Amino acid sequence: MIEHADIDTELIPILDKVSDPEIPVLTILDMGVVRYAKLVDDVVLIKITPTYSGCPAMDVIADDITTAFKKAGYKVNIDLVLTPAWTTDWISEEGRDALEKYGIAPPLEAEADKDALLGNKKIVKCTNCGSQNTNLVSQFGSTACKALFQCEDCQEPFDYFKCLK
Amino acid sequence: MKEEIINSAFSSPLGKMPKGQKGLLYNYILGIADNSLILGQRLGELCGHGPSLETDIALTNISLDLFGQVRSYYQYAAKIANNGSNEDTIAMMRPEREYVNVLLVEQPNTDFGYVIARQFLFDVYHFMFLTELQNSKNETLAAIAKKSIKEVSYHLRFSSDWIKRLGDGTQESHKRIQNAINDLWTYTDELFHQTTADKKMIAENIGVDTLKLKETYYHNVSEILNEATLDVPELKYFQKGGKQGIHSEHMGYILAELQYMQRTYPNMSW
Repeated sequence: MIEHADIDTELIPILDKVSDPEIPVLTILDMGVVRYAKLVDDVVLIKITPTYSGCPAMDVIADDITTAFKKAGYKVNIDLVLTPAWTTDWISEEGRDALEKYGIAPPLEAEADKDALLGNKKIVKCTNCGSQNTNLVSQFGSTACKALFQCEDCQEPFDYFKCLK
Repeated sequence: MKEEIINSAFSSPLGKMPKGQKGLLYNYILGIADNSLILGQRLGELCGHGPSLETDIALTNISLDLFGQVRSYYQYAAKIANNGSNEDTIAMMRPEREYVNVLLVEQPNTDFGYVIARQFLFDVYHFMFLTELQNSKNETLAAIAKKSIKEVSYHLRFSSDWIKRLGDGTQESHKRIQNAINDLWTYTDELFHQTTADKKMIAENIGVDTLKLKETYYHNVSEILNEATLDVPELKYFQKGGKQGIHSEHMGYILAELQYMQRTYPNMSW
């Protein structure tokens, strides 16, 4: 189920300029971390939610949002909310495409994800050559949200964005 | 153990401690969060020292998740205390006796077997605990639990997987993981001990009744150990004390490293 974020359309162009510091091809809107953005009495109220609890990018994202809105002449107030908890379902279609082009395989559905991470099935598609003949190297990767895979056909190692539900 | 007496014998550098219902909730939150802080610190010691690149990254990733969860708990605790403390002072400025983590999580990284055994014995508990905490009457704790359990399910999968690999691996790996399980078993019973704060919060439908989890815990742990061709230890006497602030000799060394910067350069920040 996708829970829609409550965002004023006039604020979207500004939020769209803020990208994820660890995955710069994704905007924070593509990531789905912005849950609420409204202009109330001259102040922009924003609620963001972390992908993973320990994600160090959250502080940077909050700073970048503040800078972007200040530049546009707004006062801004940012709240970090934990509920409802972020899920990879909130990554937009554009976001999933951007991830794949960038070299990160987008998250599979929950059951398929389990099979992939336990090495039961070869279903994660190589971002380099498209082959599904890929192997899990490590359940944990360069950041909390990723696992490490390697393609058996082109030998290229690549990241897989883990499903979080 | 009379935890009230122990705690009142030390004046906390954090300022005035909350009393009554607030104080119980505050202590209850620390009882959850300190486990994750100390285990996270232990895992952090392995950064750059893991037995392979993949396990090194995995263990520090788990550490990062735990620290992230700890931040949410301590931020909430600081809000309740309302005494000028914050997540950093709660994490780094308390004397040893005020940390209420269980003894299991402070046990050293003797070898990879001990690291995995400690993680596994904690993860099984942690996952069960958070499953229940999601239903807490306290909305903040329920929200933190809902967020954390997604991460902890990955931790549990990782450690269970390694228990099986080591147990059902070579003679040497089997021997070492069995030794680690045998040695750490004595710290498992404490996971289910209840302090005054625990009991009061359970009565309020805020806390998790850990006693109800105990049987399933040992059942789940035994199942994985059996699958890993490992023996389930049988023990009559168990170690306890961490939840009352009475720690093993390892705790001082952990805190020395954890607190060094804040003690040497008070109030320093990034």
